[in-house]
Amino acid sequence: MPSKIAQIRLVSSHPQVYPPCDDSYALVDALLADRTKLLEHHPTICMEVGCGSGYVITSLALILGSESQNAYYFATDVNPDATKVTRETLEAHGVNAELLTTNIASGIEKRLSGMVDLMVINPPYVPTPEEEVGDSGISAAWAGGENGRSVIDKILPVADNLLSEKGWLYMLFLAENDPLQICLQMNKRGFGSKIVVQRSTEEETLHVIKFWRDPDIQIEGNEGGSSGKTGPHRGWEFLMSQISRLSFRETRQ
Amino acid sequence: MRLLTHNMLSSNIKGVTNGFPLRIEPQTITQKPVDFNPDFLKNMFSKIDWKALSDASKIMGYADLPEDVPDQTVLESDEFLKKFHHALLEIHLEEGVLVCPETGRKFPVNKGIPNMLLHEDEV
Repeated sequence: MPSKIAQIRLVSSHPQVYPPCDDSYALVDALLADRTKLLEHHPTICMEVGCGSGYVITSLALILGSESQNAYYFATDVNPDATKVTRETLEAHGVNAELLTTNIASGIEKRLSGMVDLMVINPPYVPTPEEEVGDSGISAAWAGGENGRSVIDKILPVADNLLSEKGWLYMLFLAENDPLQICLQMNKRGFGSKIVVQRSTEEETLHVIKFWRDPDIQIEGNEGGSSGKTGPHRGWEFLMSQISRLSFRETRQ
Repeated sequence: MRLLTHNMLSSNIKGVTNGFPLRIEPQTITQKPVDFNPDFLKNMFSKIDWKALSDASKIMGYADLPEDVPDQTVLESDEFLKKFHHALLEIHLEEGVLVCPETGRKFPVNKGIPNMLLHEDEV
């Protein structure tokens, strides 16, 4: 039986809120592709940063469904119209999430540190002039600054702080964001990564990447005096494995 | 906003060191029943700041929680878990404000959604 996801006709809208588009569908497809793993993961606290219309968090709540009543959902957006629209979308589908109008996870990050088992993020990834970043209107849904990385690079350390020991992050990137470099950066924070969905349209190439804490990865700065040996070697090994993944779309974790 | 969420929120104003818990000034309170799930409650118990929850619960009109931090053994009691469940998940602040305990800055809650956005001089 196909899993339930949010229905477009039930997704609420507002002139200042970004409606579901190819990127939103790619992220939900990634969650659907990993549905069985997500159910076995039994996340207690789930969170979406940048919920927009609510399409993704609603789909996540429907995918995890009654089999995962243990889950509590948070969704944030910097745009107050977006959190209102998300509430309407959730209600139209009969599911719940706690909403917060805030910048990334400000106000909740301190207490929720290390508690989030599952994060989903469709960040503003479009390369734009830097001065377009930081608005709390609809442009916050896409304006990503240089290489589309301005907001992404702010989100990654927050995600690292929020994710629990078993935490997983599903995040969407544009090829121009240099996802390989992002994977390397997350590797330094102790995260493994893999591509779950890759999709190319005439306009853009999107990747949904899953990150998880990999106990075998040595975190930079935590290695004490003997870092010289393992650091570069691991980095190289990791780079090679990522290149093969990026080229051949390997989906094995 | 449920009280579990309130228990995770703190003032995010730059320079504030003692920003938890935010004081609730309720205008509209609603209650929505949620399925009782002991596993979830047992999981959350250690993560909850008890005093913040019991104080917030009282302000929201529900005074049945013990004031002192209960020890782990209460998790065997269905009666306790049901009260914990109700306070944590079924009481909603629809309209009101959350007040920073250090600066008195008010964060509005509209349609159940706290607005934690800061002004430029607070970041």
